[in-house]
Amino acid sequence: MLGEYVPVLITLVVAMGLAATFILLTTILGPKRYLRVKMEPFECGVEQLVSPRRRFSVKFYLVAMLFILFDIEVVFLYPWAVRFRELGWYGFGAMMIFLGVVFITLAYEWRKGALDWD
Amino acid sequence: MAEPENELHTDEMILNIGPSHPATHGTVRVLATLDGENIVNADVEIGYLHRAFEKSCEHGTWQQAFPYTDRLNYNSAIINNVAYAMGVEKLLGIDVPERCRFIRTIASEISRVADHLTCIGPSAMEVGAFSTFLYFVEARELMWDLIESLCGARLTNNYVRIGGVKADLPADFAEKLKAHFVKTRQLIDDVDKLLTHNRIFIDRMRGTGVLSAEDAIDWGWTGPCLRSTGVPLDLRKDEPYLVYDQVDFDVPVGEYGDNFDRYLVRMEEMHQSMRMVEQLLEKIPEGPINVEDTRVRWPAKQLVYSRMEELINHFKIVFEGVQPPKGEAYAAVESPNGELGFYLVSDGSGKPVKVRCRPPGFANLQALGPILKGGMLSDLVPSFGMINMIGGECDR
Amino acid sequence: MPAEAIFMAGKIGFVFFLVLNLAGVLGWVERKQSALMQDRIGANRAPIFGITAIGLFHPLADAIKAFTKEDFIPARAHKLFHTLAPFIALVPALTAFAVIPFGDTLTIGGETTQLVVADLDVGVLFVFAIMSLATFGVVLAGWSSYNNYSMLGGLRASAQMLSYEIVMGLTLVGVFMVYGSLQLTEIARAQGEYFVFGGVNTWIPKWGILTQPLAFFLFLTAAVAESKRLPFDVAEAESELVAGYFTEYSGMKFLMFWMAEFVEIVVISALVATLFLGGWQIPWLHPDGLHVPFTAIVVGLPSLVVSMMGVGAFLMKVFVLIWLQMTIRWTLPRFRYDQIMRLGWKMILPLALVNVVLTGFVVLLLNR
Repeated sequence: MLGEYVPVLITLVVAMGLAATFILLTTILGPKRYLRVKMEPFECGVEQLVSPRRRFSVKFYLVAMLFILFDIEVVFLYPWAVRFRELGWYGFGAMMIFLGVVFITLAYEWRKGALDWD
Repeated sequence: MAEPENELHTDEMILNIGPSHPATHGTVRVLATLDGENIVNADVEIGYLHRAFEKSCEHGTWQQAFPYTDRLNYNSAIINNVAYAMGVEKLLGIDVPERCRFIRTIASEISRVADHLTCIGPSAMEVGAFSTFLYFVEARELMWDLIESLCGARLTNNYVRIGGVKADLPADFAEKLKAHFVKTRQLIDDVDKLLTHNRIFIDRMRGTGVLSAEDAIDWGWTGPCLRSTGVPLDLRKDEPYLVYDQVDFDVPVGEYGDNFDRYLVRMEEMHQSMRMVEQLLEKIPEGPINVEDTRVRWPAKQLVYSRMEELINHFKIVFEGVQPPKGEAYAAVESPNGELGFYLVSDGSGKPVKVRCRPPGFANLQALGPILKGGMLSDLVPSFGMINMIGGECDR
Repeated sequence: MPAEAIFMAGKIGFVFFLVLNLAGVLGWVERKQSALMQDRIGANRAPIFGITAIGLFHPLADAIKAFTKEDFIPARAHKLFHTLAPFIALVPALTAFAVIPFGDTLTIGGETTQLVVADLDVGVLFVFAIMSLATFGVVLAGWSSYNNYSMLGGLRASAQMLSYEIVMGLTLVGVFMVYGSLQLTEIARAQGEYFVFGGVNTWIPKWGILTQPLAFFLFLTAAVAESKRLPFDVAEAESELVAGYFTEYSGMKFLMFWMAEFVEIVVISALVATLFLGGWQIPWLHPDGLHVPFTAIVVGLPSLVVSMMGVGAFLMKVFVLIWLQMTIRWTLPRFRYDQIMRLGWKMILPLALVNVVLTGFVVLLLNR
């Protein structure tokens, strides 16, 4: 059963090896010249005004929360979609109720303005 | 324990757009205070390209200021030349010959097309449409070819002289212009097809950077930016100078005063300018291209080398400069971005006492902060592009 | 067992050879295609012994240049994460290829193998799972650089990629319902069948684009958005955020983001080709040869030839989809951030839900 994953693992290892080699080579081959001003982060030619490591707008968190909500629902759909023909109208009806809930959730978020950005 | 409101506050981020930023094609700095993606406040800081244009002009003779004016709005240098020359001619109280006025008008309108191409192309590129940018660069090259055939230079033209122009139209100018205009119209049509009905482009431009007509007038807007708000102010129509009263052209105006209207106004103005040039080339009279006034006009080289009086005259004009009588004058032209004016003061000597330039970009840029406020960060790009602030002109 | 090992080594080798070369060549294709669209000549230098090969050596020159450039890490950046970010961005994109079938079965010397590195029964889920890891690379790059533009780019990218992951997942539910499998080889094989109406064989293959036309367009849009290329490239919008999340990267690390982007294009194209364009299938070509439509005539072909034609057909479909994505890239302007979110949540997501319901109805009605 898990034997199927051996090729995936090999691919993963090869890919990681490749990427690691890239990083290693560029670290070794490139020149190194450090200047204080050069090591500053790019800020359009002036000094950095504020640190980027601060709280950022809560709106970005909202997307993450919505993602978790809907992603789980999508995952629930997958096994049903695969066994859909066998389950027939009964399974379809059951899933329609579930999708109805998803629809209502989406409509609610829409109305509440959670999907708006302005 | 802290108040819950304080616990849950979100920080505003201050993002520095400029002075050296891909969106600020001119060195300007916009300090944008962001709440997520929304601009809460925007401070515009100018002056990064200040090089004392007005003061520099006072150190040379009246003629020597022409190359400096080239570097105001370098996309349409000839229009700056014309504006300055008109001011000096007003001081001198001379009229330029009819043919010269036609040539100046033709050159100005070609420059206007080049300027609008340079405005729309990069603005479209900054909202992501890279191909259209290169189409317009190609069209602009064609315009510059025409300018080059007039005066030999492509960018800083230095074409206009006090009381005339440097050279007459070349013999094959009309043919060349015809061929180039065909190609330019084709390129403009291509871009028109790619952008004007493109849903993404409309979504980016429509409803962003809106300014009402009253506010636009209050901020001192002129040119396509003002016309996009629906005010049909155009010096070429309202106070005809050169030969604009002899040509037939329309002044396009916008409806909503947003970025899309500014784009549409500029697109239409290019067609109107090309229409004007074609009319002018049909009507252009024969005759001299320079005034015959010996106070202003350099004598011909042949005479300078052969006759004493002419040699002295040449020497005096070059070294002492043209000497307008004591007084002051203001001359304004409709530059591609709005009213470009020169207020000149003379004390009777060969050097200007004061050369004050009224650049359109300076007044137009004032309103950038207010029109950005409340919008998204991405709106900064088309708004800034469509105001078309030219660093050289705004900061002088 | 040795035959199996040889096959596996061959397949992994082939996939890496293909993907890495494609990623390199795509750099050239992008330059040349954009040049063609913009009345330019495009890259045509970088000679080897005086041979320029219309600029084909440019990717090689790029690689050499990138390797020998200074590897720049800003002073205040988080060094480990800064180094790790391009790694995380590139590896998942490369690994995703393990489950994409590039051909039907291949029989050499009595040994038969499916032309896919790993024929997982949860193939599509695996692709989604592994591709979603790439989000971490982008977010880490944005956060670790200690740069305001990077930070905002990373935030934009994460929000956008999360949103479009849902959309991508949901649009494919209809496809699974029609073909009854998550296994990519199964889905591709099922597309070799023909539509049969009332016992009459129409000889029209059951490609996903015909059974799920709405899902095809929605998925393609979502996939382009997921790859963060124009018109969805707000995360690296150069006119707003300089270079977005990879502003502070140089040398090969910068190139790795660039490569990851190209590899992602190939993954998306391969996925769309497999799910909607019949994978390796060529209409009327079956393992035993070409079936002439509306007759029982079969033009016999050796199975090796059929296998190779299948691989060729798959690559051709991938190329067409890559070309399509490049054309989109060089034609359209960029969306604004809120417009991307609106498109994802308010347009594609409801439409995908409707697609699931409609598919359910139609499939169950036709099953009668």
